[in-house]
Amino acid sequence: MADLTVKIHNLELKNPVLTASGTFGYGREYDDFIDVNDLGGIIVKATTSKHREGNPYPRMAETPMGMLNAVGLQNKGIEYFVREIYPKLTEYNTNIIANVSDSTIEGYVNVARKMNKLDHIAAIELNISCPNVKEGGMAFGTSCPSAMAVTRAVREVYDKTLIVKLSPNVTSITDIALAVEEAGADSISLINTLLGMAIDSEKRKPVLSTITGGLSGPAIKPIALRMVWQVSKVVKVPVIGIGGIASASDAIEFLLAGASAVQIGTSNFIDPAITIKIIAGIEEYLIKHRIAKVKELTGALIT
Amino acid sequence: MKKQIAKLVVVENTPLNVKHNLLELKSHSPLTEMLPGQFVEIKVNGSESTYLRRPFSIHRVDYDKNTIHLLIKVVGKGTKSLSELEAGDSVDIIFPLGKGFSITENEEVLLVGGGCGVAPLYFLAEQLHRNGNTVNILIGGKSGEDILLHDQYKAYGNVFISTEDGSLGEKGMVTAHSIFSSHAGFGKIYCCGPDGMMRAVAHYAEKHKIPCEVSLENTMACGIGACLCCVVESVQGNVCVCTEGPVFESSTLKGWTVENEIGCSLD
Ligand SMILES: Cc1cc2nc3c(=O)[nH]c(=O)nc-3n(C[C@H](O)[C@H](O)[C@H](O)COP(=O)(O)OP(=O)(O)OC[C@H]3O[C@@H](n4cnc5c(N)ncnc54)[C@H](O)[C@@H]3O)c2cc1C
Ligand SMILES: Cc1cc2nc3c(=O)[nH]c(=O)nc-3n(C[C@H](O)[C@H](O)[C@H](O)COP(=O)(O)O)c2cc1C
Ligand code: FES
Repeated sequence: MADLTVKIHNLELKNPVLTASGTFGYGREYDDFIDVNDLGGIIVKATTSKHREGNPYPRMAETPMGMLNAVGLQNKGIEYFVREIYPKLTEYNTNIIANVSDSTIEGYVNVARKMNKLDHIAAIELNISCPNVKEGGMAFGTSCPSAMAVTRAVREVYDKTLIVKLSPNVTSITDIALAVEEAGADSISLINTLLGMAIDSEKRKPVLSTITGGLSGPAIKPIALRMVWQVSKVVKVPVIGIGGIASASDAIEFLLAGASAVQIGTSNFIDPAITIKIIAGIEEYLIKHRIAKVKELTGALIT
Repeated sequence: MKKQIAKLVVVENTPLNVKHNLLELKSHSPLTEMLPGQFVEIKVNGSESTYLRRPFSIHRVDYDKNTIHLLIKVVGKGTKSLSELEAGDSVDIIFPLGKGFSITENEEVLLVGGGCGVAPLYFLAEQLHRNGNTVNILIGGKSGEDILLHDQYKAYGNVFISTEDGSLGEKGMVTAHSIFSSHAGFGKIYCCGPDGMMRAVAHYAEKHKIPCEVSLENTMACGIGACLCCVVESVQGNVCVCTEGPVFESSTLKGWTVENEIGCSLD
């Protein structure tokens, strides 16, 4: 038996496989297919300060080996989360990580402060890809000063593991990574979706109600892998790799590139049991290559 | 009703006409109980542009033979590929998904299907018939060749047909069929088909104070309530068609009631 445990700051994971926010609901959606407790942890869908209805339908466009989404952070807000959703999450015996989003710094802080009081929320992941209303709609995660400002403000009210999730829609991913590390991030996860667009030529109309949306799935894997590699070379905090992972070998590629753990997103839609298969595949790889601990793979790329 | 991922084997894939196929899939283990209106998600192999699974209504379940039948209309790459499956091929499928139609008892009911929207109505007619209802089935299409398998419904109720070109049954839109004026007092209406048709039928039902259930076909990514891509606006806000539906009481959908009428009419 190989040792699959990894540590992300104070967070002990029984294996390096997590689920990506917005693709795994609150876990329950997958109970029929897998034992969610077998995962390293789950990152539940985004919670914002206030209830959000999200964007109008259509919110999805299929693209070659991927999809665009424009869900728009639909959720019932932090108060509802604490009251109705959290009690059910405490029944799981694995790490529950909350994804925190908002359009103002005060909003992020409000959600983070409330999450801080919930014992079974092991960590939060700050989604800084949301548009900053005060800065004219530009995402927090696309400029160093705003990424730093939101990370710093949340750091002040949040004591447990703080993961900051980066947007790939930037010129220099390493600059943003260094900025949030300096502002107090305990870990960095990347990537969120890439801004894209789909058009129905017959109707001469955009497919999504919002015209543009976020691209995910195997189509984005090469970009995600490159960004994980670049970021993990410059930061000291552990990196969590996300983007198009659909198999154990995909996950191992991210570990080799420098990630300590990975998140599985869109692939859950195609195979709701994929996460368990990936965990088994990582273990097989370790045994085959006579590697005792999965930790040894992190950054073990031979260049 | 536990959802499952399974590999089913193609027993038969029968072309009904140039655009439609009847796909019969067999399970090795006994099939779980399914409800009319529920659907399956099929993985289409062989192309990077059919990455996501494709949703299809359950057309018929044969618990004795352990088979599920799907009625598939070829509209694009995925359905084309499914129409080419051969006996013995294996299909990766997740089922049963969503909430089905509610089965009333001992009433006179009307089922309205347009185009491929008839897919869930066979299974529904069978269950309604079993529960002591008098079942009327109205099927509409552009022309006679679009009216699929209409004979099979006769075992469960009265069949009415309308075609836009008049080549079979009454001539005109399905919503103009004489059954709506001649037959008052249905206890319930069930409807599945193109959006405009369902809205018109829902308006008729509302005017005549008849409960009406419609089955929606929003595009889906996961089919299990995880992605929130398939939402419809209901009186309770945005809800997932894949888990709260695909069948909805039409009065609970925003924009489907006469007050917010969008221009369909049927008296
Ligand atoms: C709950 C549910 C039940 C369904 N039941 C049936 C059924 O019993 N039989 C059947 O033939 N079809 C059914 N559909 C529709 C079917 O899923 C789509 O036609 C199919 O996914 C199209 O795949 P494709 O690869 O062939 O088309 P694509 O190549 O993806 O698209 C081709 C064209 O079809 C349109 N299209 C794609 N998906 C849908 C959709 N969900 N609704 C309407 N138009 C779409 C696209 O806009 C495009 O113009 C159902 C859909 C849902 C959501
Ligand atoms: C439908 C959908 C909803 C998503 N919602 C969120 C979200 O609420 N918060 C977030 O940080 N990321 C969200 N994401 C991004 C994913 O967590 C992930 O970063 C991205 O999809 C790339 O990984 P993948 O290719 O494995 O899916 C969402 C992605 C999808 C497809
Ligand atoms: S298709 Fe994913 S929530 Fe309905």
